[in-house]
Amino acid sequence: MASSAGTMRQDLAATAVRGRRARRRGVPWIAVAAVAVSLFASLPLGFVVVAAFQTGWETVSALVFRPRVGELLTNTLLLVVLTVPLSAALAVALAWLTERSDLPGARLWSWLAVAPLAVPAFVHSYAWVTLMPGMKGLWAGVFISVIAYFPFLYLPISAALRRLDPALEDAAASLGLNPRRIFLRVVLPQLRLALCGGGLLVGLHLLAEYGLYVFIRFDTFTTAIVDQFQSTFNGAAANMLAGVLVLFCLSLLGVEALVRGEERYARVGAGAARLHQRARLGRMTLPCLALPLATAVLSLGVPFITIGRWLLAGGAEVWRMDEIGLAFGQTLFLALAGGLLATLAAMPMAWLSIRAPGRLQRMLEGANYIAGSLPGVVVALALVTITVRVALPLYQTLFTIIAAYGLMFLPRALISLRASIAQAPVELEYAAANLGRPPLRALWATTVRLSAPGAAAGLALSALGITNELTATQMLAPNGTRTLAMAFWNYSGEIDYAAAAPYAAIMVALSLPLTWLLYVQSKRMAGR
Amino acid sequence: MSLLELHDLHKSYGPVAALAGVDLSVASGTRTAIVGPSGCGKTTLLRLIAGFETPDRGRIVLDGKVLADENGAVPAHLRGIGLVAQDGALFPHLSVADNIGFGLPRNAERRAERIAELAYIVGLDPTVLKRRPHQLSGGQQQRVALARAMAMKPRLMLLDEPFSALDTGLRASMRKAVAELLEAAGITTILVTHDQAEALSFADQVAVMREGKFSQVGTPRELYLKPKDRMVAEFLGEALVLPARIADGFAESPLGRIPLDSVERRDVARIMLRPEQVMIERASRQDAAAAQPGLLYGEVTESEFAGASCAVAVKLLNSPDPPEAAAIGSTPLMLRRPGIDAPAVGDVVRIRVVGTAHVLA
Repeated sequence: MASSAGTMRQDLAATAVRGRRARRRGVPWIAVAAVAVSLFASLPLGFVVVAAFQTGWETVSALVFRPRVGELLTNTLLLVVLTVPLSAALAVALAWLTERSDLPGARLWSWLAVAPLAVPAFVHSYAWVTLMPGMKGLWAGVFISVIAYFPFLYLPISAALRRLDPALEDAAASLGLNPRRIFLRVVLPQLRLALCGGGLLVGLHLLAEYGLYVFIRFDTFTTAIVDQFQSTFNGAAANMLAGVLVLFCLSLLGVEALVRGEERYARVGAGAARLHQRARLGRMTLPCLALPLATAVLSLGVPFITIGRWLLAGGAEVWRMDEIGLAFGQTLFLALAGGLLATLAAMPMAWLSIRAPGRLQRMLEGANYIAGSLPGVVVALALVTITVRVALPLYQTLFTIIAAYGLMFLPRALISLRASIAQAPVELEYAAANLGRPPLRALWATTVRLSAPGAAAGLALSALGITNELTATQMLAPNGTRTLAMAFWNYSGEIDYAAAAPYAAIMVALSLPLTWLLYVQSKRMAGR
Repeated sequence: MSLLELHDLHKSYGPVAALAGVDLSVASGTRTAIVGPSGCGKTTLLRLIAGFETPDRGRIVLDGKVLADENGAVPAHLRGIGLVAQDGALFPHLSVADNIGFGLPRNAERRAERIAELAYIVGLDPTVLKRRPHQLSGGQQQRVALARAMAMKPRLMLLDEPFSALDTGLRASMRKAVAELLEAAGITTILVTHDQAEALSFADQVAVMREGKFSQVGTPRELYLKPKDRMVAEFLGEALVLPARIADGFAESPLGRIPLDSVERRDVARIMLRPEQVMIERASRQDAAAAQPGLLYGEVTESEFAGASCAVAVKLLNSPDPPEAAAIGSTPLMLRRPGIDAPAVGDVVRIRVVGTAHVLA
């Protein structure tokens, strides 16, 4: 018995040695691929810097320091500064009600707080504008942005609330703190990571969004860049606005990193946390129900009812099946191709970050992180300029638009992939190598196969993003391309709201299952 | 004078009764240990005392003040009861100093001095005060948790298996240190644990809990030597339970005639001996073959070396004709001997019983 265990241990040691050698041989190719992807992902950022240098300081300062830019800066700044805290407050309140109180139907409300993600932001805006044509300006922008984007905060906050160790709150109570002060001094500080991450995501979306703000005639950097691009093609003015927008993005990343700090919020100690007790709402139940109800009505009821109303008003004739079919086919093709590219491009990075973490990997990851946070309009502008100047045959080709999608949605694919690779034990790779597979085939037979669900989820998330993408598609797609989002945009631009409605309905219908996936995943990650 | 009184506490979670009538009285300045297998309801009881849950029925009285009864409950943060949880439950977002000072008002006079003093009392090095909880070892984390609870000067301290996450050597020294510290501070303590040795060595009063009720409450010595029933006896340590005929304050058992520790009216009963009451000394096979009446011999059938001690199984070779003698004779006695001088398998030994036998209910 003892001797057989000894032999086994020796076998394992041999496997480990052989596996390590195999890995050493496998790494360079994967690292080269990861570096190549990261370099490509840095193109837009490089473009902004090079454009600024080539334009020369005088032109740059003339283009940047003018009242118009100041106005855009004020608008964008106010939008971010107002929307993010309001979304955070709404998300914390909803998360507390659905996770920590005995609110009736908590699971339903929790799903309804995530579901607004299935409605593209510009469809939210479309719904409100057709309902109340007078909506415009900053406050309309803040209102619709909160409704469209608060789920990005709700998801991480509710997950964090579920994961918090109740023993901490018990400890605080035994030290004489009342429930309100426990929430402020123990619970809220623990939500800091979730608040920062979700807030950053919302902020980046605010900077990148185009359609939402055009509907309500609210100018941000992104809308101004697209306007400029449409009137002067790729002039220096658009490039410089893009430069300022990139600075804005980078400072948002910087602020987030600063606020998040280096602190650790993991549970100290071993063992499983006990389940939370839910707070009794008692007489407050009815007033508390009003919040999720009102949120659901505003964020889901309004778009669904508006789309439904326009579909009814349009009748059968808005369903021009040839047109819709074509748009649907094109969208599906672009979404799958772009999603596939993003997922493939993310694989080397994801593998490195789990199996061979180190300085190179951290640097590459940082580069990808920054590149992924750039708005679609900047990526599109960069690719337009580069193809026109360097590789004209590629301008407005399928290749360029799919490359742009790959760039923009790489981070989404990366996150899903990384999570699933982390769950595939490296010992399996060793075992496959020990059984005679060459390194890359060993990798394929074990880790790649096991991380397939994560890859599929990453592909689906990227495809969802591409389906609802408008800005870059408009600027980069080959002539004659008409995706669902573009068709919707053109019809609603012509104030033919009824003809736009089928496209909105299809986009929502495509997004709903993926949003459900997102919801289920967040529940599972919190262990439930 | 009793500080804490529990009367007939009941608590159910759905159909599961976690507590089914618990009564306890804890004297001021003493240490009580509640011990029982996992799932017996001891953590629920602790949570009721701390105020995280409310009893379905019954009353909790602290220092003459009702904390919970049919009419309602004082919330946890107004009870002034200290708590040290299983793994410390330190706030990961605060430094060690802020953890210790968490319950002190932020602008309290001499707050920093008080924190330093508490750290000194629990034996923490002042250099760790600036660190974060996750940078500390398990033992240090428990010291911080203790200091944090002591900062509130509680009259009652609840310890929820605070030593179970520590390794064996550290556990014993921490237990001793905490016991001395709380005694010096005059704080009444209730310890919840599933470790019987910990309960016996820590407490003045031990309560053995099973299925939501106390099986027996008493001093450690009383519980160990005079357990009420077989479950308590076996939970608190190894026990030899034997059938016996009772007469004149003596038990006639397979191990001979043993004096009883109490008056017993029944004719037939089960008696309990602790293995350390059974002495063995080496003998020869001839002695056993020609055994004089009253002398008892056995043969070692197993001997398992475990360092300081050695588990020895002894099969009786002769036995004074008691009831069920045949059955007992074939079940070996499991004894624990010092490892240095343990008999080997096949050795013949003479068996002797010292002390008194306890009659089980």
